[in-house]
Amino acid sequence: MAVTFKKETVAEFETIAARYPVRRAALLPALWLAQKEFGWISTDAMVAVSKLVGCSPAQVLEVAEFYTMYQKKKPGKYHLQVCQTIACLLNGSEEIKKVIEQKLHLKPGETTPDGQFSYQPVECLAACHKAPCMQVNDDYHENLTPESTEKLIDDLRKK
Amino acid sequence: MSDFQPQLTKRFETKDGHTLKVFLETGGYASLKNLFAKKPAEIIEEVKASGLKGRGGAGFPAGMKWSFVPQNTGKAVYLVVNADEGEPGTFTDRFSMLYDPHLLLEGIICASYAINCHTSYIYVRGEFVEQINRLNAAIEEAKKANYLGKNIQGSGFDLEVYVHRGAGAYICGEETGLLESLEGKKGQPRIKPPFPAIVGAFGCPTIVNNVKTLSSVPWIVENGAAAYAAIGTKESPGTHVFGLSGHVNQTGYWEMPFGLPMMEFIEKYGKGMKGGKLKAVIPGGSSCPVLTAQECADLTLSYESMRDHKTMFGTGCAIIMNEHTDMAKILKNLTHFYRDESCGQCTPCREGSAWEDRIMKKILSGEATTKELDLMLEIADNMEGKTICVFSSALAFPVRSFIKKFREDFEKYCKPASVAVLEKITAN
Repeated sequence: MAVTFKKETVAEFETIAARYPVRRAALLPALWLAQKEFGWISTDAMVAVSKLVGCSPAQVLEVAEFYTMYQKKKPGKYHLQVCQTIACLLNGSEEIKKVIEQKLHLKPGETTPDGQFSYQPVECLAACHKAPCMQVNDDYHENLTPESTEKLIDDLRKK
Repeated sequence: MSDFQPQLTKRFETKDGHTLKVFLETGGYASLKNLFAKKPAEIIEEVKASGLKGRGGAGFPAGMKWSFVPQNTGKAVYLVVNADEGEPGTFTDRFSMLYDPHLLLEGIICASYAINCHTSYIYVRGEFVEQINRLNAAIEEAKKANYLGKNIQGSGFDLEVYVHRGAGAYICGEETGLLESLEGKKGQPRIKPPFPAIVGAFGCPTIVNNVKTLSSVPWIVENGAAAYAAIGTKESPGTHVFGLSGHVNQTGYWEMPFGLPMMEFIEKYGKGMKGGKLKAVIPGGSSCPVLTAQECADLTLSYESMRDHKTMFGTGCAIIMNEHTDMAKILKNLTHFYRDESCGQCTPCREGSAWEDRIMKKILSGEATTKELDLMLEIADNMEGKTICVFSSALAFPVRSFIKKFREDFEKYCKPASVAVLEKITAN
């Protein structure tokens, strides 16, 4: 189903595009705007972005596919991204992953049937001094333990 | 060290240190007076003389890099800030942007003036939403107070600064990958030469500098190159924000002059080892060759000592591992990381990282023989220096150093090659 941007979003995009000598440079910002407005980057959203930026849908697709933070699948209300790289591994990220996988019955890349939680192990989040850590949507949660992870999930559920 | 004054972290603990008001009260933007009193070429000479090296990992002299920018070409010049902090083990730029964004802006003004740039982009990794908001707020404040925009403080110098948000790709920390990404493309590094200083963003001369490099510049402009060069060691002048993560009792970051012994860093700042004796240190982010405890005995936190120990200073953030660490599992973690983050452009890197990861998986499952360890080393040889950027080498270094220095950790998972041959014969 075709999607269109709100007027305000188009205006915001034009302000951003003016910062660059070429319009194509505003493709990453345009994808961010699309993700904010539509919740994720569907193929329809990619087409809308291509019209906005003035490039081909294929160009939008290759960029959207290259960067992991653009959600090509609709994420849950809370997107749990657990860091699994070295400093977090040394401090127990495997256990944090296990808690999430068992408590929410999720495998990497999956979403709970009620659409509340999605789960994705990710690479270094640059919070190595407070390992293990995870990002829930935009927020960092650090120095995690299996207990604090359980509590965090329970708290999010109640919200 | 007694007379050492923090330059990069002095506002980290200050209440509202990120606001323009507090920044000005604590000596912020003071370097601009000296800056605009001098010619751009003089600023470049000053920074060259200070010996400031790039803090992003490669350690290239900052002043020299700036001097490569051709002038009067009729093209715009760009300064792009590399704030795509993502090297595993590295986590200090996030605080520079969060607690002292104006210091970075001051550094951007200094560098832009020196290279005659009027548009600068700060490329921040996508996860740093808080940092992006802080930077945008700081830019707005600075514009209102005429520290950015037209005719900055009556100097006749114009500068606009914009934040560009990344979207999750480690390779965009590589400077030409970053420029591709800034231009709205996949972050696949470019063939060099031409180097970005000649042909960078949008086909124009461009300097890419790390957050800490630029944050170090105002102090140099304000206090002079000689004062800066007097701090730290001869080859590693100045201060840096050093980080500790992994198996120490107190992880964190501390600003200090270069030259502190690694063991003192672990004992005094890290409050000693957690869970057992020291086994290994990755000194400056996961791409640096790993060091054994023995090698760390006379290691200091400086570019030259790291080089003498056949590793790299990298980002100055060390990952510490205790005696119970299974180095095979750690290397598996790294091969997975590099396999995941390879941009896929060059065959030796795309295939090599995947093969290293597959072999590590086989080793950990107990199915491999000791011959496969040698195969991993051979693949590493075929990865290093064979590709467009250094990503491929950045996996070859840990593979080689892990297997050579901690071979017993890998061999315990492996069957002797002769056993494997016998198994094959009996199976047939």
